[in-house]
Amino acid sequence: MKLIFEKGKEGRGCSLLPPSDVPVIRLGEKHQRKQELHLPQVSETELSRHYTELMKRTFGVNDGFYPLGSCTMKYNPKINEDISKIPEFADIHPLQPEHTVQGCLEVMALAEKYLSEITGMDLFTLQPAAGAHGEYTGLQLIRAYHLSRGDGKRDKILVPDSAHGTNPASAAMAGFKVINVPSTEDGYVDIEALRNAAGEDTAGFMLTNPNTLGLFEEHILEITDIIHQAGGLNYYDGANLNAILGIARPGDMGFDVVHLNLHKTFSTPHGGGGPGSGPVGCKAILADYLPSPTVKQDSDGSFYLEYDHEGSIGRVKAFYGNFLVVVRALTYILTLGKEGLKQVSESAVLNANYMMHHLKDTYPVVYPDKCMHEFVISLENLKKEKGITALDVAKAMLDYGIHPPTMYFPLIIHEALMVEPTETETKETLDEVIAIYKEIYQEALEHPERMHGYPRKAAIGRPDEVGAARNPILRYKYNND
Amino acid sequence: MGSYVPNTLQEQQEMLQSIGKKQIGDLFSSIPEKVRLNRELDLPSGLSEMEVSNRMRQIAEKNRVFKSVFRGAGAYRHYIPSIVKQITSKEEFVTAYTPYQAEISQGVLQSIFEFQTMICELTGMDVANASVYDGATAAAEAIIMCAEKKRKKAIISETVHPHTIEVIKTYCSGLDIEVVVAPGSQGKTGRSQLEKLLDDTTACVIIQQPNFYGQLEDCEEIGALTSQNGAKYIISCNPISLGILKTPAEYGADIAVGEGQPLGIPLSFGGPYLGFMASKEKMMRKLPGRIVGETKDANGNRAFVLTLQAREQHIRREKASSNICSNQALCAMTAAVYLDAMGREGLIQAATLSMSKAHYLAEQLCKMDGFRMVYEGEYFNEFVTTCPGDVDEILSELEKRGILGGYPLTGKHKGQILWCATEVNTKEEIDTLVAILKEVAV
Repeated sequence: MKLIFEKGKEGRGCSLLPPSDVPVIRLGEKHQRKQELHLPQVSETELSRHYTELMKRTFGVNDGFYPLGSCTMKYNPKINEDISKIPEFADIHPLQPEHTVQGCLEVMALAEKYLSEITGMDLFTLQPAAGAHGEYTGLQLIRAYHLSRGDGKRDKILVPDSAHGTNPASAAMAGFKVINVPSTEDGYVDIEALRNAAGEDTAGFMLTNPNTLGLFEEHILEITDIIHQAGGLNYYDGANLNAILGIARPGDMGFDVVHLNLHKTFSTPHGGGGPGSGPVGCKAILADYLPSPTVKQDSDGSFYLEYDHEGSIGRVKAFYGNFLVVVRALTYILTLGKEGLKQVSESAVLNANYMMHHLKDTYPVVYPDKCMHEFVISLENLKKEKGITALDVAKAMLDYGIHPPTMYFPLIIHEALMVEPTETETKETLDEVIAIYKEIYQEALEHPERMHGYPRKAAIGRPDEVGAARNPILRYKYNND
Repeated sequence: MGSYVPNTLQEQQEMLQSIGKKQIGDLFSSIPEKVRLNRELDLPSGLSEMEVSNRMRQIAEKNRVFKSVFRGAGAYRHYIPSIVKQITSKEEFVTAYTPYQAEISQGVLQSIFEFQTMICELTGMDVANASVYDGATAAAEAIIMCAEKKRKKAIISETVHPHTIEVIKTYCSGLDIEVVVAPGSQGKTGRSQLEKLLDDTTACVIIQQPNFYGQLEDCEEIGALTSQNGAKYIISCNPISLGILKTPAEYGADIAVGEGQPLGIPLSFGGPYLGFMASKEKMMRKLPGRIVGETKDANGNRAFVLTLQAREQHIRREKASSNICSNQALCAMTAAVYLDAMGREGLIQAATLSMSKAHYLAEQLCKMDGFRMVYEGEYFNEFVTTCPGDVDEILSELEKRGILGGYPLTGKHKGQILWCATEVNTKEEIDTLVAILKEVAV
């Protein structure tokens, strides 16, 4: 399809702004732009149709089953969108006087309070803009904690080898050295290895629970205790919180700091890659280090922002975070309430177990006995025997109108497909999908040669990714200059 | 109570039965008793959609939307074309995940490619990424791109937005990058002071154009000083101003960053906004975050993919150029549609109108006793004045009449006001503002 730059004509455009009603001022020579500026010259019709065409080449949550493991692609309720567009939220300047933004501050205070209860934490900051940003913030809290105690030698963060890539990357960005902790054959943290790795240079340990293999770490209290005994702190990666809402809380498992992904567990949309929101919760021992400002409430009930708390790690973002994402998440929490949140996890775990159970005779599920909200398949044997990879199977799914699972993660499982159906799928959808998965597997066994040709019905065939990286074309060039 | 779980209790029972379980609780048997909550969450009960809608609207009503806004300071109210709002509300764009499955994500990928192209066009740079969280984190990420073994000092001008300076300090704190704030002079970066700070350990210099006080910096001269020293040069820019203002590339920058909020994104109490980053080609592989590239599919058709992923966290883990994963994709699409709709002429018009209104505002304000321009230099659409009398009292008088006045500066600038105007401020609005000020301030 054509780029917007290849459409339109010189002289076309939309009439959007009025002529000036004040004398027109021009920049002096010194600062005037000389470099040519190329932007599209399209009518509103062309522009509108361009994006409708792009829309048809985009797969959203409502286009079909979307079981991306660790991404929690649940349905995004429409009321959340409506509320986020109310002018009294959307058209508020971030630097208005406090008494004119009491509603915004109340949203923040309520979200912080409810998220604290859900996770078993004492305090929250809403400033981080995404999960990885939250990890970074949480790790900075850990760093500040040790430094404030004069404990400057703790420069290592322990991370399981099954962890999300952001965990080690965030640790490195916060200035830590990363020590990988192996998993056992059963898919859990290797406790002996953890014990050996933990010591007086340990700043903290990062874990998601249930872990990325879809298993709840049964020895979680022992794990967090090992870290505490060594003088470190425990960090909870909230990517998988959807499995345990109202059932168990990181704060009761020995975690000192958590981040949540509001765009996963709390149903805010992913926007094709963002914006997300990655609030960070912590125990009271870390309160002093939270990013500035924090929302506080006066004795008369009014809210205010407190800027000057000593010991703060500082700002991680301008203003107060992805506020309108928080508005959506709060709307969701108020809708579901204490009963509804628990049902989310119950249904998410049931859907995953149902799918896993009915697939495990066909597909090699890595840990077929039990799972929480997601499970992992390994196609290592299929690859060995038939030359069919996880990628081939995933691409076949595209032609059935369903989104493939997360591929090639966690890294410790070869030819991995990680399936997270979420709670918002019906039994009928799961049954259909199970049948499709089986059909694809059958085809892989019987006609492996056909599998490399998928997808055949998508907007494009498989793209040449190697070529893209070798000869990067990262923008359109006007006049081929 | 609200719920988005479709399966009825009976269906759930059937599902449990079919997998050989009796009750839902059996699925959670691996959670040790000791860490179970075993009580209800201390949260309110769920509500119907109508009740939630009412509740949230009640909270929203405690906020005040101003009909006239003369405040910027990092967040700007510009006109948002209807088509921008309509396109970016399309369900497919709103709800899609990161485009890892390229074959069914060409729409999102192409929109990012078009966004990257337009950011390059605006800034004059060679390559741009798919966005980062906001302008402040974009600046911090740019500094990290510049740090080298022997060059670990980042010089930030004091005239950069204070939030940007704070975020930079946080980001550098763990990375052994020394942050030095170069003092300002006459509302601009002090060139002689900067010259003294530059040495062979300097990794980069970062300035903002127009700066926090609205002043146009002597970017070319600062760029020359910086490159003579062998350090990298980062300019944080306002994208609307680039319709008429010299590009970071023309000023000699190696990296251009900025806050993309003015490009069609509502004020939103500070977020979600849009951080953009663009660089010269030689720094391409140091850019953080996602980048979309053009390639061909198996049939030779044009195709777009996420590329240069060897920089990223899911491949490189602790050796990645950044930890960023989720970005601000939908905000990037918003900016792209805004630029498509405005076109070259529209953007120049928005920039010229903003600048003209600000100058008219300044002229009218300074006709009154006690309002005086604090700085003499050239400015775009923001400027600082003195104020006769108590700033807070005067601003609160404006507020009573539905006007959000300029931003009251603090610290050593206390008593001064940072004003802003854009194309949405009509002459009539400005005249009204001035008339009220005459009444209450002079």
